[in-house]
Amino acid sequence: MSSSSLNAIIEGLLFVSDGPMTLDRLTELLPDYERASVRLAVQELRDDYELRNAGIHLVEVAGGWQLRTVPELMPYLSRMVKGRPARFSQSALETLAIVAYRQPVTRQEIEYLRGVDTGAVLKTLLEKHLVKILGKKDIPGRPIIYGTSKEFLEVFNLKDLKGLPTLREIQSLDETPVFEVQEELPLQALPPREE
Amino acid sequence: MPQAAETSSASLFEGVVQGYSVKLDAFEGPLDLLLHLIRKNEVDIYDIPIALITRQYLDYLKLMKELNLDLAGDFLVMASTLLQIKSRMLLPLPEPEEGENEEQEDPRAELVRRLIEYQRYRDAGLELGARELLGREVFIRPCADGCCLEGLAVVDDGPLELDLYELSEAFNRLLARMPTARAHEVAAQDTLSIVDAINEILTRLDSRASLEFEALFIDDSSRERMIVTFLALLELCRIKLLKVIQNSRYGTIHIFPSVAATDDDGVADELLFP
Repeated sequence: MSSSSLNAIIEGLLFVSDGPMTLDRLTELLPDYERASVRLAVQELRDDYELRNAGIHLVEVAGGWQLRTVPELMPYLSRMVKGRPARFSQSALETLAIVAYRQPVTRQEIEYLRGVDTGAVLKTLLEKHLVKILGKKDIPGRPIIYGTSKEFLEVFNLKDLKGLPTLREIQSLDETPVFEVQEELPLQALPPREE
Repeated sequence: MPQAAETSSASLFEGVVQGYSVKLDAFEGPLDLLLHLIRKNEVDIYDIPIALITRQYLDYLKLMKELNLDLAGDFLVMASTLLQIKSRMLLPLPEPEEGENEEQEDPRAELVRRLIEYQRYRDAGLELGARELLGREVFIRPCADGCCLEGLAVVDDGPLELDLYELSEAFNRLLARMPTARAHEVAAQDTLSIVDAINEILTRLDSRASLEFEALFIDDSSRERMIVTFLALLELCRIKLLKVIQNSRYGTIHIFPSVAATDDDGVADELLFP
């Protein structure tokens, strides 16, 4: 089979898939093809959409590939899509940012950083599945630790946690900043939710 | 100086009062308010004029009181922190003891660190919110009901264990389906202890490989029974006798024995309830 038909097969798979498709999953579904050629086909497909100026494009999100509409279509599509669009209050965004950058993080740590009670916000984020419970911290009181979910990456259009915008640097204070860059990304270590 | 502060603080919150009548969370918290004051006064965050800022901060709390807003405790905690810093700034620094050459830390340092840290996450949050969000700027093909291929495909990959939060969510869905207004019965009949419920679950699991979560509750009509059964389920998970597994989000939740339960009665006897 020529490589163009592989592109077509992958396009079909991506169209039908309900979530982002990882390269692993695609390779698994296409046992007749080398992983390298699958990867090449995905990239070709992505460039294809880009060159055609199409209404949809292929984006890498939450560790997989997904067909999404281009942002320019937003005014037309939001008329058609039922329900109110996702809205996030400032408190929700603040909390999400803290969880995203500092995970695994306890509620106490979030509240210290925000200076305000965060129970209700955290509950809403859990209900929206943007934040999840990672476990309990091994310190007295065994507080629950939180992290962001795969849905968080999907909703916020992020390839992975490394794709988060970098935090603004603190100008030199007399002490080292409390913040440390999270080198290990706990999401990868967790069992995947889908696929 | 106090006069100057008076006049400036009068106009300081004008916009806020207006905003407050429509939007209750004009400030996310004390740190947000402090940053607002620092910006408004155009002062250096590393050299906060603590007397001025404290005064304006307290003015704002007064304003909130006048508007009959519930003053969150967090705002009061910050007020006392500010007053403490202010009084420490007034006191002369104690003579450094011998052998203690370290320079005294500015009483404001801790607060400054928190403010800067908070500002970074607030900005990061705004940046997140400005991204092209799924369902707001970009869209995907909606999942047609009943044909979630992903859900089917997952079965082959082996089940996923679900977290506690999803389990309690499922239980809440079940409870929500129950008719609520069946009160006024004081009869103490049908009291099921957790140990009984544990034995019941284990007996039902004995005859088959797995149980559906909802099937646990289907015959039970009383809320109390449901709750006791749910507690029993949690207890069984805790002592690792059961595994609770869900194949896809919002899919059916299955309950499996995680070890072959050899002696049902023995198991329940080992449990200690306070």
